[in-house]
Amino acid sequence: MGGAGRILRRRLISAIPVLIIVLLFTFLLLENASGDAVDAYLVSIGGGDASLRDSLRTQYGLDHSALWRLWLYATSVLKLDLGWSVAFDRPVLSLIMERLPNTLLLMGSATLLSFILGTALGIVAGAKPGSLLDRALSSVSLALYAVPGFWLGLVLVLVFAVKLRWLPTSGLETIASGKQGFARALDIARHLVLPVASLGLIYLGLFLRVMRSAMGEIWRMEFVSFAQSKGLSRARVVLRHVARNAALPLLTVLGLQSAMMLGGSVVIESVFAIPGFGRLAQEAVAGRDTPLLMGIILVSAVFVILVNLIVDLLYALLDPRIGAGEETA
Amino acid sequence: MSLAPLLKIEGLSVTYHCAAQPSLRNVSLQLQEKQRLAIIGESGSGKSTLARCIAGLLPRGAKTEGQLIWNGHPDKSHQARFPTPGRDIAYIFQDPSASLNPVLTIGEQVAEAAIRHLRLTRKQARAHARDLLTEVQLPNPDALLSAYPHQISGGQRQRVAIAAAISAAPKILIADEATSALDTITQAAIARLLGRLVSANGMTLIFITHDIALASSLADEIAVFQSGRLIESGKAQDVLSNPASGDTKRLLSSHLDLTTPPQIRRAS
Amino acid sequence: MTVLSQVFRSREGLVGLAILFVVAASGLSAPFVFPNDPLSIVAAPLIPPFTDRALPLGTDTLGRDVLACLFHAARSSLLVGLCAAAAALLIGTVMGTLAGFAGGIIDEALMRITDAFQIVPSFLLALAFVSTIGPSLPIVVIAIALGAWADPARLTRAQVLSIRERDYVASARTIGMHPMEIAFRQILPNALPPVMALAAIIVAAAILTEAALSFLGLGDPNIVTWGGMIAEGRNVLRSAAYLSIIPGMALLATVLGVYLLGEGINKAFAGQGAAR
Repeated sequence: MGGAGRILRRRLISAIPVLIIVLLFTFLLLENASGDAVDAYLVSIGGGDASLRDSLRTQYGLDHSALWRLWLYATSVLKLDLGWSVAFDRPVLSLIMERLPNTLLLMGSATLLSFILGTALGIVAGAKPGSLLDRALSSVSLALYAVPGFWLGLVLVLVFAVKLRWLPTSGLETIASGKQGFARALDIARHLVLPVASLGLIYLGLFLRVMRSAMGEIWRMEFVSFAQSKGLSRARVVLRHVARNAALPLLTVLGLQSAMMLGGSVVIESVFAIPGFGRLAQEAVAGRDTPLLMGIILVSAVFVILVNLIVDLLYALLDPRIGAGEETA
Repeated sequence: MSLAPLLKIEGLSVTYHCAAQPSLRNVSLQLQEKQRLAIIGESGSGKSTLARCIAGLLPRGAKTEGQLIWNGHPDKSHQARFPTPGRDIAYIFQDPSASLNPVLTIGEQVAEAAIRHLRLTRKQARAHARDLLTEVQLPNPDALLSAYPHQISGGQRQRVAIAAAISAAPKILIADEATSALDTITQAAIARLLGRLVSANGMTLIFITHDIALASSLADEIAVFQSGRLIESGKAQDVLSNPASGDTKRLLSSHLDLTTPPQIRRAS
Repeated sequence: MTVLSQVFRSREGLVGLAILFVVAASGLSAPFVFPNDPLSIVAAPLIPPFTDRALPLGTDTLGRDVLACLFHAARSSLLVGLCAAAAALLIGTVMGTLAGFAGGIIDEALMRITDAFQIVPSFLLALAFVSTIGPSLPIVVIAIALGAWADPARLTRAQVLSIRERDYVASARTIGMHPMEIAFRQILPNALPPVMALAAIIVAAAILTEAALSFLGLGDPNIVTWGGMIAEGRNVLRSAAYLSIIPGMALLATVLGVYLLGEGINKAFAGQGAAR
């Protein structure tokens, strides 16, 4: 489909200046850090004299001018080298790549949960606007969306892990359990139930509201009246005519939500001690690890761009008016 | 063959939800089978409200008073079955671009009603849809089946809407300003099409318009509305050449002159 | 005044207003009802709530009055929420108006910058900002605003683009009004209503972001916040769960109140629009 290629090209081309701006701003921001990674490192080893600090600085290239360092950084990023993490003493990229899958697992599961349940409930609520069920679901979704994610996590831990002891309190899997294959997967799944629930329930509220509101808008459109005038079954009108069109704004929200969820994963991973990308951000902050923090922000930006690209392509797939171009029959 | 009118409207009043005034006041009208009734009047005179009420398409919360008696059966049980939208009544809206679902194919939208009411299979429905598209004089029906509404012109969309509405072979066709959103040439063509379809299939036609010339050429009977009231009704020629009510006279005189020969000739 | 009265008439607006009134009242009255520093130790640690009449909600791990902390935290949370949202809306509407009105290369450049701020997850942005500059209240406000201004900017620009072509703008141009004046006195006021609808969401998000930052230890350490209270309560979750639960409920109630009020305002505006 030519439309897909066009969308891909357009997105990628506009992504480049955006990434450059992200790079620039992040660099400028972290330049202003009071104290840098070397200072933090020195504090952690109990102090060091000036010569040690200077030699470390030279070793990590922190003694050059800002512009030079920016140039060095920009060019190395193009070679997929995101620098060296001072706090962890290893390449930033490999560190991120090691942690990213855990977060993707967490986020992916939470997105799946919130999207599927939220959309389904949104359709149910939107099928009969103004009904008791609709209003009840609207209230529930609002309450869910208002809950602070980290607090929900703590409450869930309290109820399910501490009081009921059904699920583990933290971590990604039982440490040193030696489990393999399916047993290991099950173990990880058990550990993920509460974090996924904490992250997912909140966005469930969001998707429910968006779907419901989109359907409310579409009910007013004339093609729905036309479908009803043809005497079609209610199910068909709701699903094939109303919901099918409501899927489009829903998809847009899916793209936006991915950025929000990545941010949300920072606190959730902190609450549940999951060794993921979000937790890494917190650790980078604690360790004043500038290269790591920059790498994290860059990778986040790339991630969000990719997700939005996929959403754009899906949109083109679902909306025949986009990308296909005009053809006259 | 029953001599009872197809539809007898008695004292119908309709007030929309949260409206201060009723949109229809105490309307009484009769409609015979295979008749062609034109409903004319200015905007806001209640024409569309009447059409929607007849078709059962009033929005939720609209209050109705009075009776609609179909085929001489006033009881509720009969009314629950007749008429069913789609199966018994076809409704054409004014704006063809708004009538069609933008994300579904034309074929699917034309076949829907037939699948629902005539219990056709997918394959039969597809063939049926192709036949309908041919009947409404659209070129290249096979290609159209997989095309989308945005890919065709306004006049073609209205033809698709007509095809979709009559898909289950209903006997009553209601056209609510069906030509008003189209250019003059297309208007004439669509009006011709409607006339032909109604004759060929023995349908009853109710069409709403503000175009007196159109009404004069297509209709047997004309009903004139103003401010929610029926101010005059009768045979088309009588109402147009010898209007009884002063309001009708004013309505007619404010339109383009009727001495111009009608743009459409009705098949006699 | 009619908009305000319509807000009162809607159920959501009323409940939202009521909740926020309680929260604001507790925040504003905090220095009078609890004149001492809430972070000062007043009694033995970990006294459970509803056991001591002088300490209705008990004490925390260090022996500080939970209720006093709760009241004082209401101030900081609401303050940060409102200031950050105001800043985000200000920056956003100005940027959006400039971009939409100027067009051309200025528009392109501004939109790329907006994209950049929209693409980086706002919490990560706030995290990086607070951690590099330093955790103080004004910095937290700016950090949150930086992550939030992109959406109102986009919305304002879209509005401006559609209004720009309207007749009253053309007449302003023909009588020789300066472009800046046209932008900010003719276009912006008409572009605002949908952006205002976003305001409640931004305030709520700001409150939640501030709480999350405090929870992670990145808030202002001299100020008591609900997020900070929850972070401390986390250490004693098993034995004294109330220390985490109570401030969380305060947060939930406040955010809920903001959302409900927002809905009430939206309905009032929609009602007005329909009446017109």
